[in-house]
Amino acid sequence: MPFRTEPMTVNIGPQHPSTHGVFRLRVTFDGEVITEVEPVFGYLHRGTEKLAEERNYVQVVTLTDRLDYVSSMTNNQAYCIAVEKLLGVTPPLRAKYLRTLVAELQRIASHLIGVGFFLQELGTFGGTPLMYCFRSRERILDLFEMLCGARITVSYLRPGGVFSDAPADFWPALDAFMQVFPGELAELEQLVLENEILMVRTRGVSPLPLDVAVNCSVSGPVLRASGLAWDWRKEDPYDAYDQVRFEVPVGTNGDNYDRLWVRMQEVHQSLSIVRQCVAQIEPGPVRLDLPLVLRAEAGVEAYGRIESPRGELGFYLVSDGGISPYRCKIRSPSLLNLTVTEHLLVGWKLADMIVSLGSVDINMGEVDR
Amino acid sequence: MAVRALTGQEVAQRLEAALPDAVERWEPEVVWVHPGQISTACRFLRDDPELDFRFLSSLSAVDFIGHFDLVYHLTSLGRRHTAVVKARLYGRDTPSLPSVYPVWQGADFQEREVWDLMGVRFEGHPNLKRIMLWEGFEGHPLRKDFL
Repeated sequence: MPFRTEPMTVNIGPQHPSTHGVFRLRVTFDGEVITEVEPVFGYLHRGTEKLAEERNYVQVVTLTDRLDYVSSMTNNQAYCIAVEKLLGVTPPLRAKYLRTLVAELQRIASHLIGVGFFLQELGTFGGTPLMYCFRSRERILDLFEMLCGARITVSYLRPGGVFSDAPADFWPALDAFMQVFPGELAELEQLVLENEILMVRTRGVSPLPLDVAVNCSVSGPVLRASGLAWDWRKEDPYDAYDQVRFEVPVGTNGDNYDRLWVRMQEVHQSLSIVRQCVAQIEPGPVRLDLPLVLRAEAGVEAYGRIESPRGELGFYLVSDGGISPYRCKIRSPSLLNLTVTEHLLVGWKLADMIVSLGSVDINMGEVDR
Repeated sequence: MAVRALTGQEVAQRLEAALPDAVERWEPEVVWVHPGQISTACRFLRDDPELDFRFLSSLSAVDFIGHFDLVYHLTSLGRRHTAVVKARLYGRDTPSLPSVYPVWQGADFQEREVWDLMGVRFEGHPNLKRIMLWEGFEGHPLRKDFL
């Protein structure tokens, strides 16, 4: 007679240290093996889309900071690009370079969080690798503070450019960061990527086939880990991405290791983009002379999208001619990447559950909006 | 090479050749589909080798008080182009249209969100319940008459 156990349903979260925020998973286990998964969210829902309808176009920038709160710069960028499409304006060249530069710094900071917490969830002792990641991320936040006075909720970008030019002491500080960080990254990579225990725990675990990923609207590093080189920075270059060269790292199996590896490689590419931006940027205006209260024509709409650290971040704006967006829909990569939760988890064991969830690198601020 | 946005006319002509009664009209950037035909039309858009829209980027609903517009932003990862498909629903009590969940699983959470916040029902969605708010919440907050 085969041995079996009674199915047991467990709630993981919403108060759980490894759910990346207030996220709840209703999981049914047969012994240690996951048989059913249902993601439950909405605990951080603040009605950002409704709030945006009550504010003018510039004020909405502050709301976007609070979506994916570990990559505020790219949220600002996606929104500003959507507004610029709506208005039919293009920011000055220096602003484009500054935006590209801060977006790539933000991508590094965000991937460090993604990698750091992934390692934490694997049970790395005492959170040491996480602190390695945070040490480097801290330097980037310091740079942001020099630019705009804030570290997390930056609101640095504006429709038509950026809030203000970088101060003179920003450039030496950035240079110092670019000197130090590659060494720190190499140290982290050496600890992580060739670690035997890590390989055993992540290689071949929770693979995501490409056709499933595409059908489930998965984007960003998760999609690329499954083997498709799709990056909106390449496919539809915005800001200064048509002026810089970079590669799109692609995984093969779409397993947890590939998702980790793709993020680590993207950090290298981002560093290279930052270097090119610093080399190419030239003096000039950083913001268009637009009215303080923006108005778009009635009936105009725009879908602005970028490659955020988590995937395709889109803002769909509809104007009725007023001073605020008539509708502001946010296409959130974290939410849509969660569509594959069931594909990733069912059939795997409890011990792999949090790790696989961590490999998707969600952010609840963006899932719930 | 950059992704190209297909014109409404290009998509509409291709769609009309296969499904004559699906297309309502087209605009420079948008093709309007009869809401009852949205699922069939989307299946064709996904499976047609020249259109190849296997990726649903975004699914949104806009409340224009007299009617709701459902907006589908589609991307073809193989052919590197995008398109916008829309469907218009009249009436505020129980607007509904067929779900595109059977075509793209990526529509799952987005359709639940539209139901939750906008109050548009999707026929054929296997698990159409509230997603951001709790069961028992009254009203649909993104509607223009919800204050």
